[in-house]
Amino acid sequence: MSFFTNKQPLVADILSRYPANRKRSAVMPLLREVQNAEGYVSDAACAEIAAIIESTATEVKSVMSFYSTYSSSPTGKYHLQVCMTLSCALQGSDQMWDYLCETLDIGVGDVTPDGLFSVQKVECLGSCGTAPLMQVSDSGYYECLTKKRLNALLADFKARGDGSLPESDVKAPVFIQKNGDVVQQITADGMPVGGAL
Amino acid sequence: MTTAVAEVAAPEKPKSIVSGLDPRFKPRLYEHVGQANSWTLEYALKNGAYEGAKRALAGTPEAIQDEVKKAGLRGRGGAGFPTGVKWSFMPKEDGKPHYLVCNADESEPGTYKDRYLMESDPHQLLEGMLVGMHAIRANVGYIYIRGEYILGANRLNAAIAEARAAGILGENALGFGKSMEVYVHRGAGAYICGEETALMNSLEGLRANPRLKPPFPAQAGIFGMPSTVNNVVSIASAALIMRHGADWFSSMGTEKSKGNFLFHISGPVKRPGVYELPLGTTYREIIYTWGGGPTEPIKAFNPGGSSTPMLPFTDEILDMQADYENCASKGTFLGTGGIILIPQNCDIVNMMYNYVRFYGHESCGKCTPCREGIGTWMNRIFQKLVSGKGDPNDVKILEDLFGNIKGKSFCLLADSCIMPVQSAMKLFRDEFEYIAQHGKPMYTGYGNRWKDE
Ligand SMILES: Cc1cc2nc3c(=O)[nH]c(=O)nc-3n(C[C@H](O)[C@H](O)[C@H](O)COP(=O)(O)O)c2cc1C
Ligand code: SF4
Ligand code: FES
Repeated sequence: MSFFTNKQPLVADILSRYPANRKRSAVMPLLREVQNAEGYVSDAACAEIAAIIESTATEVKSVMSFYSTYSSSPTGKYHLQVCMTLSCALQGSDQMWDYLCETLDIGVGDVTPDGLFSVQKVECLGSCGTAPLMQVSDSGYYECLTKKRLNALLADFKARGDGSLPESDVKAPVFIQKNGDVVQQITADGMPVGGAL
Repeated sequence: MTTAVAEVAAPEKPKSIVSGLDPRFKPRLYEHVGQANSWTLEYALKNGAYEGAKRALAGTPEAIQDEVKKAGLRGRGGAGFPTGVKWSFMPKEDGKPHYLVCNADESEPGTYKDRYLMESDPHQLLEGMLVGMHAIRANVGYIYIRGEYILGANRLNAAIAEARAAGILGENALGFGKSMEVYVHRGAGAYICGEETALMNSLEGLRANPRLKPPFPAQAGIFGMPSTVNNVVSIASAALIMRHGADWFSSMGTEKSKGNFLFHISGPVKRPGVYELPLGTTYREIIYTWGGGPTEPIKAFNPGGSSTPMLPFTDEILDMQADYENCASKGTFLGTGGIILIPQNCDIVNMMYNYVRFYGHESCGKCTPCREGIGTWMNRIFQKLVSGKGDPNDVKILEDLFGNIKGKSFCLLADSCIMPVQSAMKLFRDEFEYIAQHGKPMYTGYGNRWKDE
């Protein structure tokens, strides 16, 4: 059975967001559905998407290859994407990356033998105030990562082992004035505020 | 309920608000960020959401354009083009569908202001979408959000569902008899999608290469129809202007730079974060009072994202009021307001290699000066310099490359790379020459910065 066979309401919902004669616009949301469910997008899935949007598999693959968050080969259950751009580099992302690869004993393109982890370097995640950070799979950000916090997170992922994720513990670093003092809008429950620990 | 009406009706013209410490200043864009359940419709309605949209929809598109022009709102996506003027470029009675596209691709390094607004106050953005859509006679709006902002996309989709169920969006939006729909379109990791014509190609399901202008989006944008692209904060600000009035907005800022603005800092600073402040606040107040000051000596900063040329960290610059004109007078841009502090003890060449790598990676590959010039040549020379294999001629070669790339590429991504790197070379030429000559950097603090705890 193919991926979208029993997901017709979802397909219809996605197509309804674009003009009827502009089905091609649905290519990104459809790729995203497959990527999230399977961890990568196979050739067969590309062909299926092409049929839905009335295009060709070659065209779908060409669009897919333009973007960095779709992958054509399987990733680990925890796909760790570390931001390497300057604001993160200034908080040590290069060292964090090296440590991660060493600890997990993998490099770009590998998956750990237990299928749990893969790693990727990415560019600015738009969260430069909580550097260094990583995005895990197609899910949330894990921020303000010191070595200690990273180790705890890796241990947590290993203990879960099923791709499920803990909730992020970093609150928005937003500052206001209160009675003459500058304070965080909502206190961060003792958690690190931004990148300053 | 807010007391906007009283503020709007202030009798004589008081002095403009240009400091976050002015007791008259109150954060509005980020007023609800961080509050419990701030993203729900119930919370939003309790706090005055959609009152501005009702006011907007009760009037004509021209009335909104005029109010936004009068307020002095300029685009918050980086270029600072007046929003009301942009809306007035849209055709009037052409019988074609029009589209409003909210640019939520936020990928400019150092920039993280849109994210928290969408996560914490999606209804404010939806309200702005209604205002903007009415102003340009559109029935459909798209929010193009970068793929990595998953919480933001989820919160926006939930807010859209709630708003539709409540009759705020849909066939008879807010009871004004007009169909208004908003859809979220998620990106997939490409900086170039923030460039408005590339964004349109991406939304159409094509590879995100920029398009030739003209035709401009107002003539032929997405699906070949008249379209306007605006940043998240521009659109949210329009909602606030309709809620609180143009006079409230223009009571903040300097002569030509009006309103509240989301400054934010990254790099070595005590309290990295977002601070909503009036335009015209000094860089000293932003960095020291709000940011808590640097945690180590600083030599320069990018004022508004990585693409904006660096300013030296001097008293003169720190005492400058942050606005569009002052930045322009120093050869840079206010940009996104994302300040990146550049530490003294880090080698500028290594830091600029980080930028060059970023822009090389994000080059869409369409035109040669950018693809080869940045992606290949500049990357190679920087690689050579930082690995200690440079020679004095490399600095000259880099300068030649700047001249051959800047202004000669298809879109502004290439210039966005050259401008900061060129500014760094102008300010810190000695560091470039040192590493080229000695094979080692003048400052060695770049590599070793990760904290254990
Ligand atoms: C390479 C490049 C990247 C851009 N990225 C963004 C972005 O992430 N968000 C944004 O709002 N504008 C971005 N812009 C600017 C947009 O093209 C456009 O000018 C802006 O969205 C207009 O909105 P405004 O008038 O509300 O500022 C980018 C421009 C370029 C050249
Ligand atoms: S300047 Fe760069 S990003 Fe822009 S069109 Fe040319 S190759 Fe693409
Ligand atoms: S530089 Fe890493 S999130 Fe922006």
